[in-house]
Amino acid sequence: MARRIGNYTIITENKPKIQGFASIVGKKEGDGPLSEYFDAVHDDTTLGQESWEKAESRLQQEAAEEALKKAGVTEKDIQYIFAGDLLNQCISSTFGLQSLNIPFLGQYGACSTMAQTLGLASLFVDSGAAQRCMAVTSSHFCSAERQFRFPLEYGGQRTPTAQWTATASGAAVLACGEKERPYISAVTFGRICDLGIKDVANMGAAMAPAAAQTLTDFLTDTQTCPSDYDVILTGDLGAVGSHLLQELLRRDGVEIAPYHNDCGLMLYDREKQDVHAGGSGCGCSAAVLCSIILKKMVQRKLTNVLFIGTGALMSTTSSQQGENIPGIAHLVCLKS
Amino acid sequence: MKKIAKEEYAEMAKRASPKSHLVKNCLRAFAFGGALCAAGQALVNLYQSVGLELQEARAAVSISLIGLSALLTALRVYDNIARYAGAGTLVPITGFANSVVSPAMEFKSEGYVMGIGAKMFTIAGPVLVYGIVASILYGIILYIIGLF
Repeated sequence: MARRIGNYTIITENKPKIQGFASIVGKKEGDGPLSEYFDAVHDDTTLGQESWEKAESRLQQEAAEEALKKAGVTEKDIQYIFAGDLLNQCISSTFGLQSLNIPFLGQYGACSTMAQTLGLASLFVDSGAAQRCMAVTSSHFCSAERQFRFPLEYGGQRTPTAQWTATASGAAVLACGEKERPYISAVTFGRICDLGIKDVANMGAAMAPAAAQTLTDFLTDTQTCPSDYDVILTGDLGAVGSHLLQELLRRDGVEIAPYHNDCGLMLYDREKQDVHAGGSGCGCSAAVLCSIILKKMVQRKLTNVLFIGTGALMSTTSSQQGENIPGIAHLVCLKS
Repeated sequence: MKKIAKEEYAEMAKRASPKSHLVKNCLRAFAFGGALCAAGQALVNLYQSVGLELQEARAAVSISLIGLSALLTALRVYDNIARYAGAGTLVPITGFANSVVSPAMEFKSEGYVMGIGAKMFTIAGPVLVYGIVASILYGIILYIIGLF
């Protein structure tokens, strides 16, 4: 049974393992540096659907089905599915996963959803509340643009701090078991952190303090330091947020630069793919985790990874009313 | 994490955030916007040469540019030009046409009434409202000045 240490961290005791994982992405993501690690790349980002929302749902459904297949189980073997996305009322998850007929717990953690769902699924498995759980999330550039920004064909310009919402989905199946698999050793759920950033075209800056806070909480609770980990992987801070995270921690005398990477910086080639400060969206960190990172953990090229999903908890309403952008970050410690 | 004042973090974030290339953007806007206006003038001359009065020719040019922008938006080309041209395509009448056509295309999935009908003016709406309000105010001012 899981136990708490320090103020914020939960340590698992039965090694909830990632039995199967999958990542399905769109064309732009497939053209990026990680293309060989994805399970499928859709050159047609509509996925043959009549709306972008349906396309995103389909993306999530395919990722979930592929993860089940790779784990060697069927939907009947899963007791709970934790899933979420960026669209209002999490419709990508609802419409994408309803056919699986698994008890469903919708989650909203903005772009931190993969870490949130993975953390919750692992704790359910670790506690014995479930034998097998799934964590799923997605984002789609086109559905996010029309909800949060402008129509796709609108002729606007982006600022250099803006990030590109990934068209991607990631899914993981968790269960305890004998087989050697990457497992979740600890989870730290983050606190909402708001340092006054209002610019919706600079989400990295809004989320960096939350990432710094959660990482500090985890390191304090576990009495470890950054050099104890192979990679400290943040979700979608991008170039600006990554820089700010490192700078914030440096004030505390913590240097993470040699170990730090960001999914938003890994997913695209920023020089060639016109994504400005990097990738973002729930699918960004989910697809990077459920491709290169977990594959390298299975091969034991990485054995100790801190995965920190980062989210910006604003809505179009709160932004239009001039409110700040509160940030959140959830941390999952993965070992193999 | 050590406490940090919002002002201090704002300063830190400002330093870390690269700024838009003002000179490059201005030059591109000047080149595209200027070319667009020159093309507009050429069209005025063309329409006049085929027998339209100046007033009529100007109206015909507006219609032509709006039609062309709508077509390029529908062909999914306009946004790729605007990415480079910036204010060069935004400020002229082309930007207005694009701002009406693009939401109409985007929200077709929500139907003809609540989608296209309701969302068509989400971007252009405020411009229309305040444009009309401003013209009414100027009209009143002009009328009052004319009384003396």
